[in-house]
Amino acid sequence: MRATQFPARAAGPAERLTGFIAHLRMNGVTAGPAETADALDALSHVAATDPDEARLALKTLLAGDGDGWVRFDALFDAYWFNAGRERAGTARADHVQRQAARPTLWQPHFDEAGGDGGDGDAAPGGEGEAEGIDGRLIATRTANLTRRDLRELMDEDTLRAAERAAERLARALVDRRSRRQRVDRRGRRLAMRRILRASLRRGGEPIDLYRQHRPDRPVRIVALCDVSGSMTVYARVFLAFVKGLVGADLKTEAFLFHTRLMRVTEALRDTDTLRAAGRLSLMAEGFGGGTDIAGAIRGWCDAYAPAGAGRRTVVLILSDGCCTAAPGEMASALARARRKARRIVWLNPLAGWRDYAPVQAGIAAALPHLDAHLPANTVEALAALEPELARL
Amino acid sequence: MSFRDLQARLAETAYLAADDLAMALHLALSLGRPLLLEGPAGVGKTEVAKALSTIEAAPLIRLQCYEGLDASHAIYEWNYQRQLLALRAEGGDADAVFSEKFLLKRPLLEAITAERAPVLLIDEIDRADEEFEAYLLEILAENQITVPELGTIQGRVRPMVVLTSNGTRDLSDALRRRCLFAYVPYPEREAEIAILRRRMPGLEGRLAAQIVGVVQALRREELEKKPGIAEMLDWAAALSGLGINDLSDDPAAVQASLVCLLKTAADRGAMPAEVLARIAGKAA
Repeated sequence: MRATQFPARAAGPAERLTGFIAHLRMNGVTAGPAETADALDALSHVAATDPDEARLALKTLLAGDGDGWVRFDALFDAYWFNAGRERAGTARADHVQRQAARPTLWQPHFDEAGGDGGDGDAAPGGEGEAEGIDGRLIATRTANLTRRDLRELMDEDTLRAAERAAERLARALVDRRSRRQRVDRRGRRLAMRRILRASLRRGGEPIDLYRQHRPDRPVRIVALCDVSGSMTVYARVFLAFVKGLVGADLKTEAFLFHTRLMRVTEALRDTDTLRAAGRLSLMAEGFGGGTDIAGAIRGWCDAYAPAGAGRRTVVLILSDGCCTAAPGEMASALARARRKARRIVWLNPLAGWRDYAPVQAGIAAALPHLDAHLPANTVEALAALEPELARL
Repeated sequence: MSFRDLQARLAETAYLAADDLAMALHLALSLGRPLLLEGPAGVGKTEVAKALSTIEAAPLIRLQCYEGLDASHAIYEWNYQRQLLALRAEGGDADAVFSEKFLLKRPLLEAITAERAPVLLIDEIDRADEEFEAYLLEILAENQITVPELGTIQGRVRPMVVLTSNGTRDLSDALRRRCLFAYVPYPEREAEIAILRRRMPGLEGRLAAQIVGVVQALRREELEKKPGIAEMLDWAAALSGLGINDLSDDPAAVQASLVCLLKTAADRGAMPAEVLARIAGKAA
């Protein structure tokens, strides 16, 4: 384990912790100055010189949710222990090894009983050489390459059209109202049954007026988008489409899959376009590989459906149905998903072809479990889906 | 006091907390912040609050959340009947009836106005509506409750607040920001054996290992409802009640006792006797 060398200018634990919080924020964790103060406060209640205790304490304070809980350890290591950054120069290797036992930055400050925390010059890592190594995790090359790629994606008109179509679709799907009426003080209609009943108390005069309305029963959309090799031509349009879906409603969830399933909701919802592209491209390793649709659906059922899906969930699968799994597996995976969700809709680019017939074993096995199997090979086709989906 | 001390004291009440959970509790106590626990059903999130109330010798106030829970059930309500009576008996003064005498305390108000700091358990917060979260913010952050007719009631004591969530919906960032967070997963094999032995000291070591092995294997299967620790303890109690000392002794009885672990018809169907025998054989 190697400890991060901080530049001399980073003075004291307060500033380094500020740096750590900024590092977390850059990686999508919601944290600000208030959290920095809390973190310092929390560290004063534990043995902060022990890396493990400090890690646990900061984790419980800053992780925020289940995803953050899983990612926190990696972020912590990246900042405090230089993870993922091998120094090119070997000249200082002995120096690093000497300090390997624990992260040196705590030593000069917390070992003093008073903990004055003011002067950072005592930090042993403070030689001027450490300019560039202030412990941030920056995967520069990867980000640059894919950023350019996705910027092209954002430019094109068709993609914007796809996004707009998705927003319209999402609205057609999501805005649902219950058929039943419920008593509501601000309701528009009078609840006659209730009024009549209450009038008995008043000798038959309808004095107490009750109102009712139809409560919203919004539908949640879960989009599973295939980005495997056979879908490369469509992947960019579909990605824009999924982004539109996610943008239209706060409860929509989006996943990409090829041989694995990844949740990309947060990345697509990110308002910072460049950061979103960076996050997406980090996740997108393996774009254009093989497909395991059945595995992806099973993965969703296992990991995400118990927490979020219910009778108001519509699952959209965007895929061509070319799958490496056995047809039987596909059928059983869809049957499971069917029990978790209200509707399953398959948008298939191949289904828009003139002579298309669903004869591939995978799609043939899937058909009995689907509520709709719709063509989606062009943006126009996507836009034309609105009435179809509204009927579901 | 370090978090190890707290861990040891929790262990005395037969609650074995993992390091990260113990640290979260320790910080929640020393910083006076609410603690949000997330994790699958049946891993002992609610038990944490009970254990905490035992070691702190503090009363436990529990608020079970549900869809439609509102302020009048959770925070306070005016006692209309008494107000009406008072108006009739004493006449005119309408302001006098809006005083604390006519306020019915619900769990949250009760918690902050108690004599001694209680443990406040807000169970399954994700079931409550989003509006209810907003009510909680004032209480969690400022330890006070505002009653429009009466003014602000400042908390006398700061309750130790534990919130639990099964993740059926995302909680708002505002609520998360005010809480410390800990994720409670299913325990590792060794930890689960330790829990079982702690809760049922009379159980034979080999059987305990077998039970935990089977339950852990079941969690890896594709089940709709995975068995939690509570189910595991139920099953162990059932087995010892049936007088079974080894899972391979009486497969029929073991199969029948699975009602403690598998709670849906589909899961029962997915675990026929042969599959169970294979799993039990591996675990032994």
